[in-house]
Amino acid sequence: MNPAFSVIFLTTLIGAGQGLFLALYTSEVYNSFGIVGGTSPSHMYATGILVVMLLMGLGLFASFFHLGRPERAWRAATMWRTSWLAREVIVLPAFTGAALVWGTLHYFGFDPVLVTNSAGTEFKLSLVVGFVAALLAFLLYLCTGMIYAAVKFIQEWATPLTVINYTLLGLSSGFMLAATLGGWYNSSITNTYVLWALVFTLLGFASRMIALRRNARIKRKTTICTALGVRHQKIRQISQGAMGGSFNTREFFHHQSPQFVHAVKVFFLIMTFIVPVTLVVIGWNNTLFSLLAAAAVVQYVGLLAERWFFFAQANHPQNLYYQAT
Amino acid sequence: MTQLALVIDLNVCVGCSACVTSCKEWNTSGEGGGGMVDMNPYGKDPTGTFFNRVQTFEVGEYPKTETVHFPKSCLHCEDPPCVPVCPTGASYKRKEDGIVLVDYDKCIGCKYCSWACPYGARELDAKQKVMKKCTLCVDRIYDTSLPEERRKPACVLACPTSARLFGDVHDPDSAVSVAIAERGGYQLQPEWGTRPANHYLPRRKNHANVDKEALHRIDNPLKKEEQRPAVSSELPSLDDFLF
Repeated sequence: MNPAFSVIFLTTLIGAGQGLFLALYTSEVYNSFGIVGGTSPSHMYATGILVVMLLMGLGLFASFFHLGRPERAWRAATMWRTSWLAREVIVLPAFTGAALVWGTLHYFGFDPVLVTNSAGTEFKLSLVVGFVAALLAFLLYLCTGMIYAAVKFIQEWATPLTVINYTLLGLSSGFMLAATLGGWYNSSITNTYVLWALVFTLLGFASRMIALRRNARIKRKTTICTALGVRHQKIRQISQGAMGGSFNTREFFHHQSPQFVHAVKVFFLIMTFIVPVTLVVIGWNNTLFSLLAAAAVVQYVGLLAERWFFFAQANHPQNLYYQAT
Repeated sequence: MTQLALVIDLNVCVGCSACVTSCKEWNTSGEGGGGMVDMNPYGKDPTGTFFNRVQTFEVGEYPKTETVHFPKSCLHCEDPPCVPVCPTGASYKRKEDGIVLVDYDKCIGCKYCSWACPYGARELDAKQKVMKKCTLCVDRIYDTSLPEERRKPACVLACPTSARLFGDVHDPDSAVSVAIAERGGYQLQPEWGTRPANHYLPRRKNHANVDKEALHRIDNPLKKEEQRPAVSSELPSLDDFLF
């Protein structure tokens, strides 16, 4: 496929936004149940949600560049029964709205206790709102991943690993941002953020490597023989029905050399996983806030390359009809 | 239930692209749909929207090669993967005749359906920014102002070798169903379960069986066993007696 920058930015930005929200909510849950001592400053939550809104907004903005007719985008919510894309279009604003409500509750300090259990744990309103938003965040990872995983004949995508990678890489980048935020506020919760950021980055590294290994060994179901219905070992395309290219030659090919694609793969493996983990470990041990911030930025650049590679690697069966490209 | 479709005879297609140009002509000059864009048609890199393209493949290795001209348009799958993925419902399959269509007023141009079509049958129109594909000339096949034999897709009418048949593949007595049944009509990429309605008729090998008797005349088959002298110009021939 030809990687579209609108979709690359959309998926990486909202993935980080969801991850950052889930990080903030994790710390609220930890505080509520007394897992880590010391409540996080509520203006850290408000700032965090501001960043989440910014990421979701930018992602949504980027997605409009993918549409031929953005003025009709509202129609995209209608076919949620069958289309994962329509489901994403519904869940994205739902999550953003829920996260905004959660942040607003914290900003104004409006947080009545709903229930207190026998152990004395207070269940506050923000905990419930945050839970709903967290569910929506995971649902959004599922929708985004399934848009690609549901296209069964793009065999590089048609695997649960696609959803797992979108989730883990989103969580990884979100917790990296949260670690930066925690470091900025010098909060005690930063340790938790850093720990989870490392866990998700390493898990993401493992699942991405498994996906790369799987995709390197794909046995193609469609060959030129089944595409044409002609059984022969040697079939060569002479003409492709258009001399100056067409939508089919532009949309489904990345037009880059194999060397370039390979270089992007090496680049993203270094930038998404190795460099950020190194920076975070050094920054954490030496309480260097700038290194945490650098890790988040480096990882985002790596994720852009990762997403580019994700699209470029996908081989659409229609390419069999355009072998001369 | 009706399922209209094209059956393409690869045995007689000569790759002239008359179907391509007649399709473009009909669908561009019609009133509905806004036509098919042509960009830079006489320049260096001409490009544009086509519902139908003829591609050419060479099968085998020289000198034992065969040239296959391969016209391909939307196959109007019975289980079209492009329809459920459409987030707006612009892409739909008609119940009454099985034609897969795009509502150009609802399409947002997200291109997801083109990703979900394994055949590459859908193209984004660069001018209108909506997805376009073969309509089986839906504006023509039901037009009662045309004489009945002209109510066929433009490509079918244009084909000089009658390589394109049009009809209902669910009707076992239709010309297309008979052609599929008798001549081994097949579907493209059957492995995905899309069940394309359009079928292709395979190339046929024609061998002439010429035996010795057909080349050397035996005057009287009844005297086949008789030992006859070798024909010589010195012997009197039939002409010597008659004239």
